[in-house]
Parts: sequence; C-alpha cells; structure tokens
Amino acid sequence: MILREILEVLKATEVHVSDTTILDKDFTHVSVADLMSDALAMVCSAGDKTFLLTGLVNAQSIRTAEVLDINTIIYVRDKTPQDVDLIIGKDMNMNLFTTRLSMYEACGLLYESGLQTATK
Amino acid sequence: MMEYSYVINKDDYANAGKVSTQIKKILKELGVPPEVLRRMAIACYEAEINMIIHSYGGIIKLSISDQISFVFKDKGPGIPDINMAMQPGYSTADDRARELGFGAGMGLANIKKVSDEFDIESSVEGTTLNLRFNIL
Repeated sequence: MILREILEVLKATEVHVSDTTILDKDFTHVSVADLMSDALAMVCSAGDKTFLLTGLVNAQSIRTAEVLDINTIIYVRDKTPQDVDLIIGKDMNMNLFTTRLSMYEACGLLYESGLQTATK
Repeated sequence: MMEYSYVINKDDYANAGKVSTQIKKILKELGVPPEVLRRMAIACYEAEINMIIHSYGGIIKLSISDQISFVFKDKGPGIPDINMAMQPGYSTADDRARELGFGAGMGLANIKKVSDEFDIESSVEGTTLNLRFNIL
C-alpha cells in the first residue's frame, strides 16, 4: 500500500516531508510502539517498507527510526514534535506525519488495510 | 585496525543515541552490509541508552578489523542481578526515563539477540559489555 493511501486511511497530515517521492512508496509493514526498545525488538526483514506508528513524539522516536532504517513516522492523537526535535528529524531526512486517531483506531484501520506487523 | 572512543555522560537524555548514530554512519561509509549494520546500530543504541539511564557514565570503544567489536564500560553502580536484567520486560528505569520512551525492559535481551557474541560482567565498580559482530 503506498504511503499516500495510508495517510488517507488514517486522515493523517504532513508535519515534515524530506522526500516527496515517499508519498508513492509502497509500505508493507508497520512497527507500533511507544517504548523504543519495543520498536527495536521488532526487526523485520522489510525494513525499508516499514514505517513507525507511535505516540512518543520526542527525539528518541526519530533516533530509533533512524537506527532501524525507517524514514517515515506517523504520530497518533494529533501529536507533533517540538521544534528542537523537528530539527533532528530534518537532519535525518525523516518524513513525519500526524493523525488525530488514537493508537487503537489507527492500528485497526491499518490491519484492515492489510498492513503487517514488523514483529519478527 | 581502526579504533574509536566516545564518552557517555549520566542522564544526558538530550544526546541519547547521538553516538550510535555517528557510529552507524562510520560503519555505513566503510561498506558494512546493511543487515549487519542494522543489528550493530540496534545493539549500540540500546547499550548507549542503558549507560545514560542506569550508570554514572562511561565510554564506548569501537574496534574495526575483520570483525567489529564494541566495549561499553561504565563507572557503576553495576547491575545487582544480571539474570533478572536479561529477562524481557524487567526494568529499573525511573519515571523520567519512561517519559522519554525508555524502560521497556527489552534492552539487554535485544542486544544479546542481535549480537554475534555477547559478554557482560558487572560489579559495584561498573559494568563491561563486550559485543562482537562478524562481517565476513
């Protein structure tokens, strides 16, 4: 499923996009976690087709994604990073979005859309 | 052999993960295969975060030859029960660390899972974690 469609499903809006071609990139997996060691435990082979869905909006969500070779993060509950963290995201060429949906609602919609868990 | 050394400070949450990002960049430029690179970045990041949250500070040493070795050596206070600390979900992280997304209790278990060789020793004087990754 391409990111543009995922964003539509989640009614997500752009916070920062480093690479506009990302919108047409295909994603197959989603890593869902608020604690970053949980995200780091989810090492799936389709790293470049995985995005991070999280309620953690500080710099660690961005650094964790970078460690996992993930360049797209969607934040739930309308959260957006503070300016100081946004600078880190820009430096790391991250693509950041936010949805008003709760984690529960977002996960339900993504599951229904055929996205798979990044748990190995 | 190439060697690098980095100082990690206690409670330096603002810079948590910065050293691991730098190390990942160095190893990527050296052409380390992506699958190994990712495992090393995960282990290094977890160990760096552990040092910031739980120790009085310490150093990370990276050695690159036909294999890649990391030494994470801190100044204490040590891990009272390493077996417990290795259990997924067991955490002694405080509220401040949890607010920042740490303290899932997966750190050491994650590190062991992704490393080719894992060795840990701990006393009140400090903890030393040795990790090795095969790149050939």
